[in-house]
Parts: sequence; structure tokens; C-alpha cells
Amino acid sequence: MMQPSRFPTRETIAGRMSGFIAHLRENGIVAGPPETGLALEALSNIDAVDTNQVRMALKAVCASDFDQRSRFDDLFNAYWMNKGLVRQRQQKTEEKLRPQPLHTSHLASQEGSTDGSGEADAPDDDGDGEAEMSGEGKLVGSRVTNFAKTDLRTLMTPEDLARAEAVAERLAKAMSDRRSRRRRAAKRGEKLDLRRVARHSVAHGGEPIELLYKRRPDRPVRLVALLDVSGSMTVYARVFLAFLKGLISTDAHASAYLFHTRLVCISDALRDHDSLRAVGRMSLMAEGFGGGTRIGSNLATFCNQYAGQSVNSRSVVLILSDGYDTDPPEIIARSLARLKRRGCRIIWLNPLKGWKDYEPVARGMAAALPHIDLFRPANTLESLAALEPDLAGL
Amino acid sequence: MTWKDLQSDLFEGGYVASDDLAMALHLAVALGKPLLLEGAAGVGKTELAKSLAALQDTKLIRLQCYEGLDASSAIYEWNYQRQLLAIRAKGENAGDDIEEQIFSEKFLLQRPLLQAIREEKSPVLLIDEVDRADEEFEAYLLELLSDFQVTIPELGTVTAKAHPHVILTANGTRDLSDALRRRCLYAYVDYPDRTTELAILEKRRPGLNARLAEQIVGVVQALRKEDLEKKPGIAEMLDWAAALSGLGVNDLADDPGQVQATLVCLLKTQSDIASVPIEVQQRLVGKAA
Repeated sequence: MMQPSRFPTRETIAGRMSGFIAHLRENGIVAGPPETGLALEALSNIDAVDTNQVRMALKAVCASDFDQRSRFDDLFNAYWMNKGLVRQRQQKTEEKLRPQPLHTSHLASQEGSTDGSGEADAPDDDGDGEAEMSGEGKLVGSRVTNFAKTDLRTLMTPEDLARAEAVAERLAKAMSDRRSRRRRAAKRGEKLDLRRVARHSVAHGGEPIELLYKRRPDRPVRLVALLDVSGSMTVYARVFLAFLKGLISTDAHASAYLFHTRLVCISDALRDHDSLRAVGRMSLMAEGFGGGTRIGSNLATFCNQYAGQSVNSRSVVLILSDGYDTDPPEIIARSLARLKRRGCRIIWLNPLKGWKDYEPVARGMAAALPHIDLFRPANTLESLAALEPDLAGL
Repeated sequence: MTWKDLQSDLFEGGYVASDDLAMALHLAVALGKPLLLEGAAGVGKTELAKSLAALQDTKLIRLQCYEGLDASSAIYEWNYQRQLLAIRAKGENAGDDIEEQIFSEKFLLQRPLLQAIREEKSPVLLIDEVDRADEEFEAYLLELLSDFQVTIPELGTVTAKAHPHVILTANGTRDLSDALRRRCLYAYVDYPDRTTELAILEKRRPGLNARLAEQIVGVVQALRKEDLEKKPGIAEMLDWAAALSGLGVNDLADDPGQVQATLVCLLKTQSDIASVPIEVQQRLVGKAA
């Protein structure tokens, strides 16, 4: 059985509590002096000697969503129970030594398996990649003109990635607005704004002479991107990641996911300021898994876990995949149908579609087609840029 | 009152609250903080507010949020049509007093939030499915939740006479802002475990045959583990129990066909119904017994 931590006797309860709040803060739970005060106040309303009561009370006060709530017990034990302060301080220094705090907190909730990626860093891989690429990229001279039409497989230099990002930003802007249901005051509109009509009529002795209207303003759409990084897609992965990064950084509400045999949310990592490092990191994560593609079951996971939060009728779901699936095709169809029922639009970008004589014969692709709003090629930067009018019209 | 008392009072009133939940509610009441409840649909989030109102013998004021909800339908609105009429009725010789008249109580339409802060005795204010409302509305709400006052330019500031007990519910349509989360205490309401659910059933349907109750809870618990689009909540379980006892079923194994027909109380989409054919249902019943 665990024993309560031993604190120096001179420390007051308030001091310990603010220590606990600081401990929570270091572990990614947003809390500060107001919470400390509230927590102390809460203790005065319960039997503060009973550990279990204190645990529940502090949980209600400090945790503010499901994820924090499920981590709370461990954090509570770490501070108040026998491991106590000493051990905790050690952990703290270790954590500080870790290079990338930016995404560790997020990935921690994604069930292990990506653990290694925090330590590994982009540089050496980047060096490798570029070295390889400059070997292959023999078209350096003619690239100036030919650039936009080159298949994405051969575009790997930092400038190319920057271009991909720029294209993505343009696209994100093109589809950023959609009409709202709510009405706002406007010069012209379909409905009278009685509130303002009445107000303005005062000037005319109660005669409603000026007619004012309201209309529905434009609302931002939410973008959700799912990128397939399985073996068959690796050649495109880098550019698509840069593309996703562009989408994500333009729009604070957008979210992005990677999948191959399992699904990982990468929105946080993509918000890294250094785009090359972010892309490098993502590529590492992507390569870390390897193996086949399970589009269907990944889409199902997405529907179960994330769709509730991030997909609504104002969402556009962007799937970047070649449609080669090792799951039975019915799963794709079923998951897409479920997703569709949330009222979102689904766009599928397939790099193979840009090839001559491509037919969507992959069974997964064929099964998905009926549920897709827009099916487009995505093998050159030009084809990505050509999406703009389509997306604006969605 | 301690949280244990609150829990047992709620139990008397027909609501079985878990320890976590009772503690959070107790603190919310004691500290005067709003309580944010999250959890799947049908686990009794709304019901908790109703039980609290009944327990405190006070009014329950409910604001159902939806996309496009704005201040004029949540806080207050002037009755413009009536104002215009009043002005016309006064005619040419309307003096200064007309303005005072038309911006008086008589022409004010109170919406739930204003109503809640004008009550004499602390009401329970239930802001249901707050995640369905848009971000702008959340901002209004933040202001209201911190000061409990509303400013109406023509009338002045209305300050709460008694702080309402605020309960917000959300089921993950969109992420709530951190500001709103921090202002609230938080509790996550999960599907109940077997014993809790039996207690709920016992409480809500006292006369039910004990063996049937066991079976009902067993089947519903097992169904939640199946791969369904919409898992049956507590409300659905109670509906099903009502349906079965209404049909005079005493044992789920007796008449599989009839039981299958009543599954519509639990399964709410076509594909869910299709995924639980009579064989699966009988397997679940067999395991539950």
C-alpha cells in the first residue's frame, strides 16, 4: 500500500498545494494560482484527511477534459503518495533534458509506439534524403521550367517543399469560408433586422423608414487531412507532409492525421515553427511504422475516436492515399458512409490518378468512390494547385 | 452537507451518482462554480441537473444550445412589434415618456440566461449541449459565468440576486475553449458498471422481477461492448425494461422473437439493428443469465 509523501514540516498546506499545481503544470495540465485557491477552498469543504476524497475533489477542480482526467490519478500519486517529491524532481530534470517537449505531451496519449520519435531528430535523415535526391534529381538545369510538372516523387529539396507549402496555403484560403446559419447585421440581406429598425425609427418619431437587414455571414470551414504513409506512398510522403503543414499553419482549426497500419494525430507536431524539422520528424514517424496499409480500419478508428470532435457539417475531410488497402473494401465503404453522415465533404486525392490511363481498379478505391465528393489527381504540384477552383466551390 | 449526504439524497431522489460525480457536484454547489459534464449521449448528464433542482426544491431553467444560438435568444430581446405598436398608438402627441414606456419590463422578453439571474432563490441553470453553440456564444457565456450579471443598455445592469447553480453538458461535437473549461469544475460521466446500472434500474422500475433485471442489465452491458454506431445509454435501457415489462416478459430466453422485436428500444440505427440478429441476441441473453 502506498504511503503519503513526507514533506518538510515547515511547509504549509498552501505551499504544498501550489507545489502540486506546479507539478500538474509541468505535466501539461493548464493550472495556476486560481486553481490553487480553488483547490484549497475545495479541501475545506470535504474531509481533507481522507485521501480518496481529496483525490476526487482535486480531480474535479484541476482536470478539465477527458484526457487530463485519465492521467490525473498517476500525477496525484506521483506527488502525494510515497514516491513523493524527491523522485518527482528527478523526473523533472530528465524531462527538461529531453529535446522536443513540443509534441511529447501530445504523443504521450497516443499509446506508446511512437515513443522513440521524440528523441530522434531530423538532421541526419535529412542529410541522407537530400544526398540521395540530389543524385537522382538530374534535371537541375531544366527544372526551372519543368518544375511544376515533375511528378512529386522527384521533388524533395527544401525549396520544393516550401513551394508545396505555399500551394497548400493558397488552397486552405480558397476553401476557408462557408456560409453560416446565424444572421448578422448587413446592408442587404434576406431578413429584416427588427432590433435595429426599431432603434433607427426613434429618429423619425417611430416611423420605420430606414429598413435594415440581416444575412448569413461566411463561416470558416474546418479542414481535416488524413495522409496515407504506407509503403506504396512513401515516395510522395515528404511533399504531402509539407503540403499538410501548409494547410495546418494557415488554419488554427485544421487537424491532420497519418495512417498506415495505425492512425496518429500529427497536428501538434506540424505546428512546429521550423518546417523542415517538422517534415523531417513526421517522415521519421511515418517510416517508423512501415508495413502495409489498412485504410478501412484506420478510417473506422478515425470515425470512432476523432470524428466526434473534429468533423461536423462545416468540415472538409481530405484523404491523400492511393487506395491500395489490405482490409476488405467493405470496411472503407462503411467508414466513409459513416463519416459522410456527419455532413462533411470528402475529398480524395490520389497520386496515381495523375498517371496516364489510370482506372480506380484498386478494390478499396472502387468501394470508396460512391462516398466521395471530389476525386482528384495529386501527383504534381500543378495538379495540387489546380484544385483551387474546385475547393472554393465546395 | 457532505458529499456523501448529497450522494444519498440524490439516490433517494432516484439518481444514482458515482463517487466522482457526487464529489464534483458537491464542490460545484459549495464553491459556487459551474460544473461541466462530459460523456456519451444517454448517460444521465441532463438528468443530474433535474435531480439537483428537485433536491433543492428550486426551479430548473434550461437553455438548449444549437448552432446559430445568439444573445437575443439566450439572454434577452425587446418585443419590437409591441414597441412599434405602442408608438403608433400614442400617435402624434407622443412625448418623452414614450421612450421610457417602451423600454420597460412590459416590453422585455426574458430568455433563459436573464431569467436565471433574476430568480429570487438560486435556480439550477442547465446549459445543455454547450458544444453545439458557436464560439461567439461561448464568449457571452464566459462573461455571464464570471460575474453573473447582464447589462441591458436601456435598463441598466441586472445583477444576480442569488447565484444560480450552473451545469453545462457537452458530448464532444466540438472542442470547448480552454477558458471555458478552466472556469468550470469538470466531471466525466461514463456508462455505469453492472452494479450501478442494476441499482438505477431497481430505483426507476421498482416492481421489476429481479432475474429479468439481471438479464436486462447483462444484455445492455454486453451490447455496449459490441461494435455499434450508437451505444445504448441508460435512458434506452430503461425504455427497454419498460417495454419488456409492459409486454409481460418474465425471462428473456422465453420468447426470442418478441425480445428481438423490442430491441428497437436499444438500437437506433438500421445498421446496428442489422448487426444484432436474433442469434447474436440469444447469445448475449445466454451469457447474461
